[in-house]
Amino acid sequence: MRPIEYVAAKTVQEAVKSLAEKGDAARPLAGGTDIIVQLRGGRRQLDRLVDMKAIPELNELTYNASSGLRIGAAVPCYRVYGDAAVASAYPGLIDAASLIGGIQIQGRGSIGGNLCNAAPSGDTIPALIAHSAVAEIAGPGGNREVPVEDFCTAPGRTVLQSGEILVAIRVPAPAAHFGACYIRFIPRNEMDIAVVGVGASMVLDGNKVTACRIALASVAPIPVYATAAGAALVGKEATEENINAASEAAQAAATPISDMRGTAEYRTHLIGVLTRRALQSAIQRAKEA
Amino acid sequence: MTTVDKKKYKVIGTSPIRHDGADKVTGRAVYGIDYHMPGMLWGKILRSPHAHAKIKSIDASKALALPGVHAVVTGKDMAVAADIEVEAGETSLNYMHLSDNVMARDKALYKGHAVAAVAADTQHIAEEALALIDVDYEVLTPVLNGREGMKADVPLIHPDQTTKVMAFRFDPGTDTGEKSNVAGRSQLKLGDIDAGFKEADFIVEREFTTSWVHQGYIEAQNATAHWNNDDNITVWNSSQGTFNQRQLMAEILKHPVSQIKMVPLEIGGGFGGKIPVYLEVPAAMLSKKTGHPVKMTMTRTEVFEGTGPASAAQMKAKVGATKDGRITAAYAELVFEAGAFPGSAVGAGAQGMFTAYNIENILIDGYDVVVNKPKSAAYRSPGTPQACFPAEAVIDELAELVGMDPLDFRIKNAAKEGDRRADGVQHPEMGNLECMEALKASDHYKSDLGGPNRGRGVASGYWGNAGMPASCSIAINADGTVSLAEGSPDIGGSRTSIAMMCAEAFGIAAEDVHPSIKDTDSIGYNGLTAGSSTTLRNGWAVFEVTNQAIELIKARAARLWETEPENVDFADGVFFSKAEKELKLTFKEMAGKLMETGGPISVAASVAPRGAGPSFTTHMVDVEVDPETGKVDILRYTAAQDVGTMIHHDYVEGQVQGGTAQGIGWALNEEYFYDDKGQMLNSSYLDYRVPTMLDLPMLDTILVEHPNPDHPFGVRGVAEISVVPPLGALANAIYAAVGVRMRDLPMAPHKIVKALQEKNGKTK
Amino acid sequence: MAAVKTHVRTTLNGEATEYLCEPNQSLLEVLRDVLFLTGTKEGCNDGNCGACTVNMDGRIVDSCLVLGVEAEGSDILTIEGVATPEGLHPIQQAFLENAALQCGICTPGFIVASKALLEKEPNPSEARVRHWLAGNLCRCTGYDKIVKAVVDAANTMGGKK
Repeated sequence: MRPIEYVAAKTVQEAVKSLAEKGDAARPLAGGTDIIVQLRGGRRQLDRLVDMKAIPELNELTYNASSGLRIGAAVPCYRVYGDAAVASAYPGLIDAASLIGGIQIQGRGSIGGNLCNAAPSGDTIPALIAHSAVAEIAGPGGNREVPVEDFCTAPGRTVLQSGEILVAIRVPAPAAHFGACYIRFIPRNEMDIAVVGVGASMVLDGNKVTACRIALASVAPIPVYATAAGAALVGKEATEENINAASEAAQAAATPISDMRGTAEYRTHLIGVLTRRALQSAIQRAKEA
Repeated sequence: MTTVDKKKYKVIGTSPIRHDGADKVTGRAVYGIDYHMPGMLWGKILRSPHAHAKIKSIDASKALALPGVHAVVTGKDMAVAADIEVEAGETSLNYMHLSDNVMARDKALYKGHAVAAVAADTQHIAEEALALIDVDYEVLTPVLNGREGMKADVPLIHPDQTTKVMAFRFDPGTDTGEKSNVAGRSQLKLGDIDAGFKEADFIVEREFTTSWVHQGYIEAQNATAHWNNDDNITVWNSSQGTFNQRQLMAEILKHPVSQIKMVPLEIGGGFGGKIPVYLEVPAAMLSKKTGHPVKMTMTRTEVFEGTGPASAAQMKAKVGATKDGRITAAYAELVFEAGAFPGSAVGAGAQGMFTAYNIENILIDGYDVVVNKPKSAAYRSPGTPQACFPAEAVIDELAELVGMDPLDFRIKNAAKEGDRRADGVQHPEMGNLECMEALKASDHYKSDLGGPNRGRGVASGYWGNAGMPASCSIAINADGTVSLAEGSPDIGGSRTSIAMMCAEAFGIAAEDVHPSIKDTDSIGYNGLTAGSSTTLRNGWAVFEVTNQAIELIKARAARLWETEPENVDFADGVFFSKAEKELKLTFKEMAGKLMETGGPISVAASVAPRGAGPSFTTHMVDVEVDPETGKVDILRYTAAQDVGTMIHHDYVEGQVQGGTAQGIGWALNEEYFYDDKGQMLNSSYLDYRVPTMLDLPMLDTILVEHPNPDHPFGVRGVAEISVVPPLGALANAIYAAVGVRMRDLPMAPHKIVKALQEKNGKTK
Repeated sequence: MAAVKTHVRTTLNGEATEYLCEPNQSLLEVLRDVLFLTGTKEGCNDGNCGACTVNMDGRIVDSCLVLGVEAEGSDILTIEGVATPEGLHPIQQAFLENAALQCGICTPGFIVASKALLEKEPNPSEARVRHWLAGNLCRCTGYDKIVKAVVDAANTMGGKK
């Protein structure tokens, strides 16, 4: 790895200032499980890393049944799935947080980092989109909020401007009869990158779908919020036929490529299979919620 | 040797704790990557970004100007090594090619081919310096497939290379004079296949492909070298054979072999991949240039791209059988990609391909084709997993046509003692049929699959095993323990298996033998830790030294008892007088009397044994296939193998399980994924996908002990063959589960889905 | 181009330990090449093999993905801190008795990871052991004997089935 400067920020203001000084040549460091690999492999070249782990606000995990969940951007995955109240309220988010890497990666890597890394395959991103999560951003110009589905702009790129950092991710409290699920397909059973990932959520009124969100990983340059696929189910009964129609709409929303992890045809096929399975699981959870 | 009956042993067949165990579970054991010397520099290799390119010039001036950089070497700094072919664990190496592989001279022949090396104060500075070396390449069209490479109109990777025709493995061959990427053509022929196929009622002929795969050892290649002022070179590394590497170093560096010392440190896996030299040469050259010891280690990407994986192959197999299930003839064409230099394991593959069966008419054509990929190296039963995959898949189809259970079909056709292999050699005593029958009698065979989309597959395999020379020495200590010096790097517990044979011979406990692995200046010649030969050949060496020591101790006992040595005998750890039964002393007691009876005793011996004793095995696997995603889950696995006399039970079983796991990875997910320019796109553990703990079930074994009659302790090689059958067994199990025959490895989920869609006539 | 080194204070295997490192050095590199604690192994240097597993503040991490400077104030356990002067840890003993290592290069990572599991969950099922250790690659054993060793150690350590 090339020489680099390391700054451990103590406050959001300090982090923003330190990052702004270096522009594109500086990036935040949380768990480091992506950026250290990228720096070592020469895929990113930076002059400065600004460590977020000593900033209290970025390390808070708070959950309240009425106001919902707030995940500090540097909170490692294990804290999210290790919190009994969070795990019980957000099983669909836990699906994603508990399958990134292995236990060692989950001990460091954060959901915030997964989002900021902006990989098309980021597992937590479709789950966050399905949960209508919002990114809280702080920067030299003040604070702003961006829905997670609008956060990633290109592979490895986000809406964050020079000096801006992700402070926290806010996930609304689940409505009554809300259910969500994230599933992915990988050739192995662990330690792999999603060939396709699908996050789905819905709110049920009896067997009728009153809200539905579907998001996809590894099928386009950025995680895809498949609005038409979700809309295809809203107002309809949660039947096999309607689920299949939504799965086909999800397939239509994707622009997959062929690479070492799978062919475009296979990915399209998998979107159909996994969307159906994710919806079925979300329905099951909604009924139990 | 006469046939060894299954003897009763006290130490052999047990599972003592390994002698190096405490060091290895506490982190104290020093592996090659752990070595450190005061004043040491770090070396790094600059590698070609192109699969095929002329190196027009290399300018290292900017790198040399970087503070902390000490030296740069390139291929131009190396002498041209001799054009001589040598064996390298079932693949072959040519000194000149090896030298060119270690460092490219005029042409880079694969992505990752070393083109320069730099020594600097730290790894990070060395890495930075690489980026400052300017190489002017003229990019050439690469040849990336064996069958493509055989065509007349493709670029010649080595413009002067001509095809040699070989009559048998390691035959120097007859030069055809035809310029070609086909370096070698070989043929094994037994009987008359035309007559054999005429006799057949059913004939199945199919084509198959396999991808490049890597041994995947967790410890990367490494070497620390010091070129002293007296021109003595010392290298500390992890290798599968110090003496072999010493010879390779001598040939490449044109340096006297007596002035090179290889020090074996602990080795973190090899599976054949740590037979050749890579970093050892530039590390020594950089040390000479700088006067410092130089340490080099590869990154994981360098390991994938710059060492020797196992060949990809394009194959045809055709087998015929009669209605009553007798195989009458077999034909195969094996095209192996050798990589950038000739010498794939195609010959070994041909020899192993149909060898578990008694087939009277066989013809196998083999082609060794150079392509712009890394030079292939040995990988566990080299060549044989590739070749047995088509054999086992076609035989499975034939069993179905004949209407026989696949295991019964194999039992009916199993090779037995006296039957001939494709190369005409008759099988010695062995346990092929015993393995098949043991599997048929197993609970696994009798169990129900218990669900839809599940299937069971079987496959058999053969591996010849190797002999090779060995040397060891012992010193008897006054407390009745024995210091045992070995010269074969211990890659998986051989220290202990060798010590156990020594203990058995003396009638002492395994713990009373203290084994250690010596450098090339401190012990006699040892062959490679390869070919499943280490325990076998060192067993012979131990047999020699313990027998000699026993004779010497008999003489001491005779002196004590004032009789002649021929009146003293030794059995079950006790020296006794043949005449006076009350005169007896244990080995331990005699050890305490050596000083008073003439001084200490130590013995050294070197052996070059033959009669390795072949390995046979049959595996059975149950899978469940998700027909929607193509994912294969392994539900149950049983490997039955003739392991000869087991020395250390648990480590024998561990070899069977470990090879099985590698074979499963090879079958299902592992592959070098190349783009059309010859760039490997998945050179990390993340994307290469070796099996994790969650991908495998418990791996059950049936260990058939058919002692090797040609070995004093009945040892038969055990370490390699288990990687052979999983490829065919899984293909057959997937067919049984969902009805598609997978003939291209790996049998990745997307391929299974595609095959299912084609079978069902839809492309949903 | 040596940068200014940072002074880092940690607790390493129970002892106060200070070292100097540059920001581009990983904790793995610091352990191995600065402190000469080479029991923690490098297998891939990108978080995909687990050979460099250490316990950092109660969590197992890949030390190749932690910067040396990030360890300031941390409590770190490496393989060198697992055995005591009284003897091997039951997990280490179980690895030996079950022949759960062949070449042994992955063994330190497996032992450190297994110890963290058994301290948290004294009675893990086979499936749980496999899940917990999926981030640790072994290429020699096929994992069978490693799983048995960890379950065996759990029993020895008192977590009865």
